[in-house]
Amino acid sequence: MESMLLSNVARFWFAIPLIIAISLVYAATRHELMEPILIHAWRIAVWIVSFMAIVFAILLAVETIWL
Amino acid sequence: MPKQNTAPQLPRHGNHTNQKTDLFAPVDVDLRDPLVATFLAWLWPGAGHLYQQRYGKAILFMACILSIFFFGFAIGGGRVVYASWKKEDRRLPYLCQLCIGAPALPALVQNYRVTRGRTALFNGVMAPPRHVNPEHRDELAEWHEKYQFELGTVFTMIAGLLNVLAIYDAGAGPVFTPPDTKRDKPPPPEANDR
Repeated sequence: MESMLLSNVARFWFAIPLIIAISLVYAATRHELMEPILIHAWRIAVWIVSFMAIVFAILLAVETIWL
Repeated sequence: MPKQNTAPQLPRHGNHTNQKTDLFAPVDVDLRDPLVATFLAWLWPGAGHLYQQRYGKAILFMACILSIFFFGFAIGGGRVVYASWKKEDRRLPYLCQLCIGAPALPALVQNYRVTRGRTALFNGVMAPPRHVNPEHRDELAEWHEKYQFELGTVFTMIAGLLNVLAIYDAGAGPVFTPPDTKRDKPPPPEANDR
């Protein structure tokens, strides 16, 4: 049986514009100059992607093992 | 009289003439009239910052927030932003979408017209569904089937919520945070500084 998670991977592309916008806007509320905004935004984006990857891995493991 | 950013005073690190060590240090921001800036920031994302002549952030907020909003609006077929207070279709996501200001305001006009029996303008864009019956296949169900309705709703809601951050930034200035990693910390004061 095909994994439901993997069959919906295409929808993850929708997360990219969201991650970019959220990182930039959030970072812009923490700094005034463009350079620290971009540095902070990059860190937030990496953090979000890492968090999503961990959750994805956990869900995939749960689906593979128990479902 | 122009109001300065009243952000809490954080310790300033290192030599202030050195750009590298001051990268994350608080800077003074002229907020002009914060109430006017707050209203403009709500009315159109980035407009409050334009009024304050903070052009870089104005463009950033406008580009990020409006692109997310209109992208969600487009994938939702122009149907995801509508106001409805009917018992069977209370559109709570609109409260988040309304935080983006003018781009979501036509929904109020459309709701006003539709609830008074008039025809919706602009081919029904931002108008509430005409027939809502959760027990049968209604117009709302068709929208869910035809468009990326949930995704469009999420995108437009997030755009509205992001504008709340931009509104706060226009009204009170940035919430400066001290460096959070070892790499950003400036070098310790030298012995001859004492």
